[in-house]
Amino acid sequence: MKELVIVSGKGGTGKTSISAALAYLAPRKVLVDCDVDAANFHLISGAKIKKTNEFKAGFEPYIDEKACFKCGQCTVLCRFKAITDGVVTSSLNCEGCGVCAFNCPEHAISMREKQAGHWFISDTRLGCLVHAELGLAIENSGKLVSKVRQEAKKIASDLRLPLIITDGPPGIGCPAIASLSGANLVLAVVEPSVSSMHDLKRLTDLVSHFGLPLLICINKSTLHPENTQEIINWCKNNSILVAGQLPYSDIFSKAAQAGKSVLEMPENAKVKTSLLELWYNLADKLELSVVSRKS
Amino acid sequence: MLISIASGKGGTGKTTLALILATTCSNTTLVDCDVEEPNCHLFLNPEMQFPSREISIPIPHINTDLCNGCGACSAVCLFNAICISGKSALLFDELCHSCGGCLLACPNNAIYEKSKSIGTINLGRSTKHPQVKLLSGTLKVGTPSAVPLIRQLKQETAKITEDVLVDCPPGTSCSMVSAIKDSDYCILVTEDTPLGRHDLELAMNITSLLNIPTGVVVNKYDQFAGDKSIEDLCNRRDTPLLAKIPHNLSFARQYAAGHIPSDFSETAYQIWEQLKSQRSVT
Repeated sequence: MKELVIVSGKGGTGKTSISAALAYLAPRKVLVDCDVDAANFHLISGAKIKKTNEFKAGFEPYIDEKACFKCGQCTVLCRFKAITDGVVTSSLNCEGCGVCAFNCPEHAISMREKQAGHWFISDTRLGCLVHAELGLAIENSGKLVSKVRQEAKKIASDLRLPLIITDGPPGIGCPAIASLSGANLVLAVVEPSVSSMHDLKRLTDLVSHFGLPLLICINKSTLHPENTQEIINWCKNNSILVAGQLPYSDIFSKAAQAGKSVLEMPENAKVKTSLLELWYNLADKLELSVVSRKS
Repeated sequence: MLISIASGKGGTGKTTLALILATTCSNTTLVDCDVEEPNCHLFLNPEMQFPSREISIPIPHINTDLCNGCGACSAVCLFNAICISGKSALLFDELCHSCGGCLLACPNNAIYEKSKSIGTINLGRSTKHPQVKLLSGTLKVGTPSAVPLIRQLKQETAKITEDVLVDCPPGTSCSMVSAIKDSDYCILVTEDTPLGRHDLELAMNITSLLNIPTGVVVNKYDQFAGDKSIEDLCNRRDTPLLAKIPHNLSFARQYAAGHIPSDFSETAYQIWEQLKSQRSVT
């Protein structure tokens, strides 16, 4: 089983649209949405939730008011300014470290496991999808990312599916790191804008830090041909293969409006051809057979 | 007035709106809190006023001469960042939250802290738009948590007396929350798609949880689609719709080339007027 992870550094470059198109083209696969705090894949794939699961992660302090003598030890020791004299004054600052609980002289504080969100298994038009919803203002997004990836691996191995397509989060921090670790192939989606190109370089540093194989897809390549050429040159100098170039087209936003993948939309021969080429290049790298789905 | 610009979904135009607002005001500081992928400097070309400041967090170290492997530290570490290997404690610093719990728990004083760099903070004035100052943070590649760096940026921000615009990271998780915290007003930028709307609603949940007055800007607005669902959402949530920025290819090209799109100063003044009326309320 192989896992392809689609990331971008900068948000909004087309990760979800491209993941959905690849999901349409790949014959046997499981889909994962790792953007757990702003998940969108379920919206363009027509997801029907089959199974909802609670996700618990991290801890929060629970205070026995009768036992608390307001000695102020917790106030002094908490480095996150989250607790004052046995009262959690700023729960958003609390990291759940337990320093207040372990050092309370009256043993008035205990740490309880925290409800941190939900994860789902859904049927979609494009295949089985594992996705999640992080709880409000919760800090354990990396752990939830690891959870959905792990569940998708179980499904893929039970059903003997050869491929997992993972729609990753933006950025290079903990959710991105959790999405990338151990992937078989990383596809970075870049657009020819100075922001996206800047962010790609930082993402590339992260991917090589983890020693993962990386391919690039240039989205909206016709938006700024000079920048597109600069990306191609940069990739060449850094020995990174450009696996696909997708022309700028409003079919992407129209498809999003309609809740569909671009390949389910009529009339967009150029985009379709370039997506097929991208898929063939990826399948080649992943050593998968490229039985394409005829629509 | 501290105004944060956030979105839920990535790529909806947070940075563009922040830049347009900053350059249409006489004296503002723009704070780039998207420390994982900061972009504002690409458009402003700031001249740094000071050398960049290294930001670090305290990370425990084990003095193996004093450690007898008793395991008290690993027993209190709720992040599983310390384990006992043989006769000594072993630290996984990517998992550490710098809470200091292990130091307090160690009966042999075998743990001490050393600072570990997580990124830098820069302050500069734009050479292209001299009325704008830029305060930005850059997370060191490979550092998992952006939150300590964002908190440091926000501490610096609190010292600024003029109007501040904060460009926030995408999403609705801890980085976004720490970036919008303590704002007087939050502008949520969305795009005119079901994806944008879905993430806008998640972001609205966060601003209402934090009690931050909120307004919405719809970017890449498609006037022909006739979709009213974002307006309905704003009505339902009693959140003002501050502006609609129509979809425009030349706008996208200017942004791609690293220019701040110039055709939107009218929209920017409109938004500033609404922000100023908000200021008289607060």
